Amino acid sequence: MNKSVRFENFTNRVWKFFASVKLSVVVLLSLAATSIIGTVIPQNANPMMYLQKYGETLYPIFNALDFFDMYHAWWFRLLLGLLTVNIIICSIDRLSSTWKIIFPKKINFRAGRFRKSANRVEWASDIPSNQLKNAYESYIGRHFRHITVQKTDNGLLIFGEKGRWTRLGVYAVHLSILLLVIGGLIGSLYGFEGFANIAEGESIKSVPLKNNNQERELPFTLRCDEFSISHYDSGMPKEYRSTVSILNGQKVIHKADIRVNDPLRYQGINIFQSSYGRIPADSFTILFTDPDSGMEYEKRASIGSRIKMPSNKGTLVIEDFTTGFSFHGHNIGEAFLCQKIPADNKADTSNIVIPLSYPRFDRMRGGDFAISIKDVEFGYYTGLQITRDPGVPIVYVGFIIITIGCYITFFMLHKQVCVELTEQNGRTNVMLACVSGKNRPGMKTATRRLANRLQNLQNMDER
Amino acid sequence: MITSSILLSIITFVYGLAALLYICAWVFKKELPGRLATATTVIAASGNFIGIILRWIESYQQGIGHAPLSNLYESLVFFAFCIAVLYLFLEFRYKLRVIGVVATPLAFLAMAYTSLRVDSTIEPLIPALQSNWLIAHVITCFVGYAGFAVAFGISILYFIKSSRGGLNGGFTSKIPHVDMLDELTHQMVMFGFLFLSVGIITGAVWANQAWGRYWGWDPKETWSLITWLIYASLLHARLMRGWTGKKIAVLSFAGFVAVIFTYFGVNLLPGLHSYQ
Ligand code: HEM
Repeated sequence: MNKSVRFENFTNRVWKFFASVKLSVVVLLSLAATSIIGTVIPQNANPMMYLQKYGETLYPIFNALDFFDMYHAWWFRLLLGLLTVNIIICSIDRLSSTWKIIFPKKINFRAGRFRKSANRVEWASDIPSNQLKNAYESYIGRHFRHITVQKTDNGLLIFGEKGRWTRLGVYAVHLSILLLVIGGLIGSLYGFEGFANIAEGESIKSVPLKNNNQERELPFTLRCDEFSISHYDSGMPKEYRSTVSILNGQKVIHKADIRVNDPLRYQGINIFQSSYGRIPADSFTILFTDPDSGMEYEKRASIGSRIKMPSNKGTLVIEDFTTGFSFHGHNIGEAFLCQKIPADNKADTSNIVIPLSYPRFDRMRGGDFAISIKDVEFGYYTGLQITRDPGVPIVYVGFIIITIGCYITFFMLHKQVCVELTEQNGRTNVMLACVSGKNRPGMKTATRRLANRLQNLQNMDER
Repeated sequence: MITSSILLSIITFVYGLAALLYICAWVFKKELPGRLATATTVIAASGNFIGIILRWIESYQQGIGHAPLSNLYESLVFFAFCIAVLYLFLEFRYKLRVIGVVATPLAFLAMAYTSLRVDSTIEPLIPALQSNWLIAHVITCFVGYAGFAVAFGISILYFIKSSRGGLNGGFTSKIPHVDMLDELTHQMVMFGFLFLSVGIITGAVWANQAWGRYWGWDPKETWSLITWLIYASLLHARLMRGWTGKKIAVLSFAGFVAVIFTYFGVNLLPGLHSYQ
């Protein structure tokens, strides 16, 4: 065997491998089976969580196999790639023979196929065959697009055919899968997915991305003017609404309300209502209570302020606010996080937590003063998902094509019909069969139904 | 005035009765119980439909009007209705009552589960569910699931029939030939596949409206994709030589297990979808 023949054999085999339906069944089932992993193992969570959950032995194995971000793992992408190649090669491989069926050079019926069909229906009639021929030919001609009549040795054959083009439906379905893959790829290459919390009155010019620690510049400034919630009588949330402005420099160029299911799309950027939270507004009152005398001192403060404590006992720094503080494993709700710096500055600074719902909480600390915070006015911040995905139009076109393609493939058939008329002892024997490219139980019913119609035609003629 | 939940509880028993009648007709090979079974199923499906409409009206009377397709209870009721209607269509088209033996119990089970385990109060729609895509999504998904449920039922018949080597006698004589069952499974799977595809698509469009991404590998989404992939492989497996009958029935079984898991099991896993 010389080299080029061997090479041809090799490429042939590779081609056959990638064109085979067996490969696609294997790949489809592998995709289904491996997809389960990512629904059982939470994806993209904290490594410490995984280590705790799966232990020292399983964790490194799972990690090496990319189980913690498996839908982006190389092996999952390989399966998707294999499916794509499979679809392309398979379609090319078959297109030419399908094309010949759809646009045949010469229409060629094999009567044997119909004579042998298990679906065929036969009956006899007293009407002469040429009379039947006219009635049947006009009926079939009305219901089938192509019609041919052939003479045989002892009678004639009427062939009808329709729906050849529906053979292209499957190609549309497979093409749409390619569109979904391409659209998804474009989205992951040229799109981004970010998330930002914006307090009322605040604005952002860039958004932190979800999958890495980068920030993405926006082509405009986004300001949250107001956030509001409304409730049903039962207390269930009815609507979350962010009123936002798009600014160019200082100038407002667009204003909009964003609600769940009603995003803002602006300059190719999509902004979605995603979450919200409460934050304390600028000022509140700090109450220092002397545990011995019961004396109370009030001071106004805001986040970040440094407050001189009464009797020169040191400085209190209001550092931060949290929506849920965990105290010995219990969530004690919204709390301010503070730092106390003693006056002499020699001792260490200490951290103090002041929960909003428990004004007497700080007494437990047993300090010079019990500290609590009141008269807090709250504002909201809105959590907005900010994305750009230039692949979406392609994906949506894929969605439309797959729907139409599946409908054509499943419910519209390439149908052929054959009626054979033979004269025998002054009677006409009729044989009728419908076949389709794919054998469907529908063909049996279709044949019977057509037989009924043809027989009715004949009865009407008799009358 | 009869409320929708009372009516639907009654309908549960009507489905149960229909199932019993189909079984009687099958076991005793009699025509009368078969006719009664068909009539009972028609009554059950009509009552089921009226119940859905009634619930719709009730939600408006409570001032929180929305299509009754928004939680587990409502979707199960709709699921039962789809199974019944699809089955009745098959019965009239192919004149086969034996499929009723497996189809009506499925409708009954769906309804019985709502009475036992699921809260039936009408709730207002939370913001995430306030979308017309929700209606399109739920309807197409459940019509598709109904197709798969009936395919699953036919696969059970396939196993019963083929376990006796296709012998004609006893209970199996009323079951159509395995080739016919195989092809009916295929038809139901094609029907289900088209609707599941549209269901996944409408879900993706909805997710893109509500959350800003059309696909996020959320467990519910992933399981619907798994279901879709299993049925896609079933459709292709038929094209391979040697992959008929039993193997197709096994895939149809596996597919329906995935449907059930997508529906119930996923709630055990973390994710955005609270029901369906
Ligand atoms: C997710 C991916 C795929 C989907 C959704 C899909 C969908 C379909 C559908 C709906 C049919 C019609 C089946 C029927 O008539 O019962 C079909 C047929 C077919 N598919 Fe796929 N397919 C996929 C991947 C593939 C791949 C990777 C191949 C590669 C070999 C392939 C090869 C075929 C062939 C050869 C047919 C039969 C065409 C005919 O009847 O002339 N498919 N596909």
